[in-house]
Amino acid sequence: MVSAQVMDASTPVALTRNAPCAPLPLKLEGLSYQMGEKVLIDQISLSIKAGSRHLILGPNGAGKSLLLRLMHGLLTPTRGQLFWADDHQQARQAMVFQRPVLLRRSARDNIVFALELAKVKGDLPHLANQALDRVGLSALADRPARLCSIGEQQRLALARAWAVEPELLFLDEPSASLDPSATRHIEAIINAMHANGTTIVMASHDLGQARRLADHVFFLHQGRLIEDLPASEFFTLPRSPLTQAFLNGELLWESN
Amino acid sequence: MHELSQGLAQALRLVAGLDSPLFAIVWLSLKVSSVAVVCAALIALPCGAWLAVSRFPGRNIILAVINGLMGLPPVVVGLLVYLMLSRAGPLGPLGLLFTPSAMMLAQTVLVLPIICALTVQVIQDAWGEYREQMLSLRATPWQSVRALLWDTRFSLMTTVLAGFGRAIAEVGAVMIVGGNIDGVTRLMTTAIALETSKGDLPLALALGMVLIALVIAINGLAQGLKTTAMNHYG
Repeated sequence: MVSAQVMDASTPVALTRNAPCAPLPLKLEGLSYQMGEKVLIDQISLSIKAGSRHLILGPNGAGKSLLLRLMHGLLTPTRGQLFWADDHQQARQAMVFQRPVLLRRSARDNIVFALELAKVKGDLPHLANQALDRVGLSALADRPARLCSIGEQQRLALARAWAVEPELLFLDEPSASLDPSATRHIEAIINAMHANGTTIVMASHDLGQARRLADHVFFLHQGRLIEDLPASEFFTLPRSPLTQAFLNGELLWESN
Repeated sequence: MHELSQGLAQALRLVAGLDSPLFAIVWLSLKVSSVAVVCAALIALPCGAWLAVSRFPGRNIILAVINGLMGLPPVVVGLLVYLMLSRAGPLGPLGLLFTPSAMMLAQTVLVLPIICALTVQVIQDAWGEYREQMLSLRATPWQSVRALLWDTRFSLMTTVLAGFGRAIAEVGAVMIVGGNIDGVTRLMTTAIALETSKGDLPLALALGMVLIALVIAINGLAQGLKTTAMNHYG
């Protein structure tokens, strides 16, 4: 599973993989992020393993979104470092945000735009159509993206991320504002991407979602990494009383 | 009162009868302001968008200066352009003084900071929403600027029309650099000023009516554009 991204014959993207070795795992060492005096991410060390579905769990304000942004390179850590397996090349990555940000153009053109930025060559509208097809949005190809429903917009955002065949996909509570059926849709797409070889890193505060999707769980509280366990152990044998409280649905009080 | 109503009646006759000197003036006004606004927009839109997305030392000072220049008095712009174009000035050899080109130049200078400052506002608002997504897609600043300009095209159209409204209604700058020469550099505003001081109210009133109608039409167009665009593109 390490670098053998499953590419079936219909896989359209002709991105050349010129990395001699796999870009993952991604290792974080003592990563901290500070805003003024406030430490928002406190010395987090962890490892993102190729082919795994990682869920970052924690209450609101735990630092889940920040951690994703630090890994994705949208923010620069105050201290600590990220290490990619290959010093010279980061993994090809994409991110889907809680609120999809789509351009004021058709659904198809939104994907074409992402393909252009990723320097993909070939028949881009055709590739975009295939990307839409994979998330079941073919019928909306010519629709202005901003006029789609919120659930459709989020699927479009996923199609846009999938179009560039990322090795690593970050998701920031992608179904937080969606109803259960739209959430199922999103989760099915995430699983399909995972089956296609994409490593998943997803923030969520939804325990049900974590049980459905996670291979590995990071539990965050007040910017600190409390738990770093395979999903099966996280739900059955959590190490920390904080985790136990979170799993029981208790309020986590500020501890200092 | 009598004089006013008589003047009004005569003015209406001029407009309705498509009086040719009147429409020559209207046409020249439209031409000068259109060219000026297109030139200003070509410079101001990319510059404004760039200023909105980039961060560098001195950016705030530049923004403050541009915002200040929005209220530039037209006569001062006229004076500066006059000095540039006069025979002793740096652009003197071009021989542009007292030509329509000189008026286009003056209006371009006048409108440039207005379009630029409004563009910065429009793009900055959009950038707040798009920034992370663009960074995530690894867009270069220039790619972001292009996408933002396209995505805010309808709001930007209204800023350009605002610039046009300002240009066509302005009198001080074109009076100085154009000279208000009959048939050559006489615009609606300069003609109104002249005819009023001469006491020829019907022509002044007729031009005034056309000017007001134009400005109202432009604002209506701007409003309509925005509403339709919002309905069609969300």
